[in-house]
Amino acid sequence: MFLPLDPVVNMRKISPLEITSKVKELCIKAACELGSDVVLALEGFRGKEESPLGKEVLDQIIKNAQIALKEDAPMCQDTGIAVFFVEVGRNAVIDGGLEDAINEGVRQGYKEGYLRKSVCHPLTRKNTGDNTPAIIHTKIVDGDRVKITIAPKGAGSENMSRLAMLKPSQGLPAIKDFVINTVKQAGGNPCPPIILGIGIGGNFEKSALLAKEALLRNIGTPNPDNELGALEKELLEKVNNLGIGPMGFGGRTTALAVHIKTAPCHIASLPVAVNIQCHAARHKETII
Amino acid sequence: MAQPIKITPPLTNADVEKLKAGDKVLITGVLYTARDAAHKRLIELLDKGEKLPFDIKGQLIYYVGPTPPEPGQVIGSAGPTTSGRMDVYTPKLLELGLKGTIGKGQRSQEVVEAMKKRKAVYLAAVGGAAALIAKTIKKAEIVAYEDLGPEAIRRLEVKDFPAIVVNDVFGNDLFKIGVEKYKR
Repeated sequence: MFLPLDPVVNMRKISPLEITSKVKELCIKAACELGSDVVLALEGFRGKEESPLGKEVLDQIIKNAQIALKEDAPMCQDTGIAVFFVEVGRNAVIDGGLEDAINEGVRQGYKEGYLRKSVCHPLTRKNTGDNTPAIIHTKIVDGDRVKITIAPKGAGSENMSRLAMLKPSQGLPAIKDFVINTVKQAGGNPCPPIILGIGIGGNFEKSALLAKEALLRNIGTPNPDNELGALEKELLEKVNNLGIGPMGFGGRTTALAVHIKTAPCHIASLPVAVNIQCHAARHKETII
Repeated sequence: MAQPIKITPPLTNADVEKLKAGDKVLITGVLYTARDAAHKRLIELLDKGEKLPFDIKGQLIYYVGPTPPEPGQVIGSAGPTTSGRMDVYTPKLLELGLKGTIGKGQRSQEVVEAMKKRKAVYLAAVGGAAALIAKTIKKAEIVAYEDLGPEAIRRLEVKDFPAIVVNDVFGNDLFKIGVEKYKR
């Protein structure tokens, strides 16, 4: 739908300094405060876990989250590469560079929050020293606000994520097999219990982005599409039947949730991306 | 569940032979930290015929890159990293008398075989339980490669550091045993 630009008088000015300051807070908060949806899911699965060792692992994870919250300590030493999803209202004017403002916030947040700097040159492996650059995905939306979501991502689970360009003739059965095999191959590496973000459709890079976006949905919030919701439920059951269990030691809790997002794709393509998220499923947002 | 077995490095063959896949252990004493970049340098030293910066015989290496300590803290959060990335370096260190490694996730077949041959164990700590594990670390000092920041080699003194035996010297693998037991 085409909408004419609003008159300039309605534009809302946003200072880059405010963005930097909010991003700094978000970095620290995300590292130390596990979302209540994740804690609730961990407690729920703890009650159902059959493996005694699995129960102990889940207890340790829950206790760790409590310590992190109480002591403002990072729940995991891998405080991740900082990934941002930014929605900029079309009537908001940022009085400076958006990406510069976010990166400055990351620089300050990772330093002042005593978070680990985990970003390096891909070939020389030299650490950039301040956890920048962040990975920033920006969308223009209606309104005059800026919504910033941070989802710092550790490498343990990111490294186990996979993407497949399937044939359209293979369809849903191949999608399911790909998801299950991805989790099976990952085993204990991505720190189960995991959350699966699955992107189906789009193209090569869109499917990966959908998978990552799917991870932002809180656990327990149903998929708005009933059929996808049923597929999520089926995949969750299948994944938990693998028996991998907490940390891969064996058990009934391999995944806490499966979240799917789809987008239309080319008639010749069926891209599927599986982004694995560890139990330290960190994401925080703010609206300026 | 069975009570945890208490161990203190340096470990002997007899010490590691007592550990079975699935056992809980509590480690008290010294652990050395090293991950990707430090391992690369250690192997480069050995390739040049030089000595390692610490005596590895009987010791345990903990795969960890902690967060920086806040003023007054011994160490920041310090949970295990994925061990598989160190697989390529591990057999060489086991050959020199390393008695065990601590991390998370599965090891390669080559490392499992090398552990059987050299009588060493692979232990897993709970990934992501980094604030909880840090409480068991009483002292930390850098012994090599300070320029690597979180990847520097540290000498840790720990008390009742919790871990689980994944691979024992008899070839048992908790990951395989566990999955067999709970898959449907």
